[in-house]
Amino acid sequence: MTDTPKRTPLYDLHVELGGKMVDFAGWEMPVQYPMGIMGEHKQCREKAALFDVSHMGQVILRGEDIGAKLEKLCPQVFSTLPEGKARYGFFTNAQGGIMDDLIVSNAGEYFFVVVNAALRHQDIPHMAAHLDGVEVTEIFDRALVAVQGPSAEDVVGRLCPAARDLKFMETMLGQIDGVDCRISRLGYTGEDGYEISIPEGEAIRISRLFLAHEDCEPAGLGARDSLRLEAGLCLYGNDIDNATSPIEASLLWAIQKRRREEGGFPGAERILKEIAEGAPRKLVGIKPEGRAPARQHVEIQSLDGETIGEITSGGFGPTVGAPVAMGYVASAHAAPGDKVNLIIRGKAQPAEIVALPFVAQNYKR
Amino acid sequence: MTIYYSEDHEWLSVEGEIATLGITKHAADQLGEVVFIEQKEAGDEFAQGDEIGVIESVKAASEIYAPVDGEVVEVNEELADNPGALNESPEGDAWIYKIKLSDASQLDGLMDLAAYKDMIG
Repeated sequence: MTDTPKRTPLYDLHVELGGKMVDFAGWEMPVQYPMGIMGEHKQCREKAALFDVSHMGQVILRGEDIGAKLEKLCPQVFSTLPEGKARYGFFTNAQGGIMDDLIVSNAGEYFFVVVNAALRHQDIPHMAAHLDGVEVTEIFDRALVAVQGPSAEDVVGRLCPAARDLKFMETMLGQIDGVDCRISRLGYTGEDGYEISIPEGEAIRISRLFLAHEDCEPAGLGARDSLRLEAGLCLYGNDIDNATSPIEASLLWAIQKRRREEGGFPGAERILKEIAEGAPRKLVGIKPEGRAPARQHVEIQSLDGETIGEITSGGFGPTVGAPVAMGYVASAHAAPGDKVNLIIRGKAQPAEIVALPFVAQNYKR
Repeated sequence: MTIYYSEDHEWLSVEGEIATLGITKHAADQLGEVVFIEQKEAGDEFAQGDEIGVIESVKAASEIYAPVDGEVVEVNEELADNPGALNESPEGDAWIYKIKLSDASQLDGLMDLAAYKDMIG
């Protein structure tokens, strides 16, 4: 990572739209626009919002049996991932922790992988070193734009009708006003929507076409964070990291049956043991009863004052209209309905363990 | 009535030994949309530099530091139910405390509007 933050192909558009630019993972990104985080959040839940996510790493894998080779690094099934399908996964380490989470798409002639901005420098050499005979190419000349919300289908579909027929976690190549784009129906907000990989020189022009739709407004990283938190989606570095196992992180759903039975991925010993016996701690939803937001690192105590965990993500949930949080608690205290105390500025604030997500996911299945 | 400003972006409107305290428009704009405020209670005493409250916005928590020594004589209870007022009217209806000054000479260490405007640029 260099000292000077990098700019995405959409930088000039952010500035023109009044984006408040901040340094995020080495990138100069808009945290919000004049509408404000609360308004942008609601815009995405009710209509559609456009996010620049070009800071994330886009990678193309070419070669034989890519899916099977990826299974040596990840506890997912990728060998039978059908062409045109995308799947959520993660790289695990030998201790069963999560090195990064990612989206893997089978694009037919190649695999398309999207990794976190801060970890592209780890993930790309990791894949290059372990995927024998696979050519690992990071794409630097394409922007990645997310259009999310109930109106996203119309925002994207009126420019590329075939995109309307995609279902959640499907991907296609499509033309938008003559430009070849990879269009994938997925996202990080809990809403229906798309992530669209666009050649950098056309990214602003295509983004303007999306924004020309009356239902679509730009949204920044602030709203992206509150949206994903309400949707119960993990943020790498907050909720999952090298020390947290996928079972602790309540990500068992993302480990397909065959891998649970056969293992054969880094850290399988710990992960399979935790599948069988349970993990000592669990990532749960936490709903403060008062109005004070509980942020990252807030201590969680049992009602008798024992430390049982820590908040990993927390803030105000604009759609919920109240503070929301996620954190790890000892498994004995992890059942929805369990009461805990959050130690906020030295004072115990009552809270309840709740099932995630806080806001129902609204995917097009 | 004289209005003073602190380096921590508070305003203090002084009438006799009572001052009304709030945050400046500039501070409110920097904080972003306020979702919660934690206030002290009437009767609480504090010294200059003490933390006398916390304002939470959608982005982060920010402490309010006492610009002078004093005692809380009145709390603006409306803010608990409507913290967003701090964005709408930070230098008006959304005052935070009325305080009794312990040492009026401390006001000399604060800024007037012109000096505060210079500071925020």
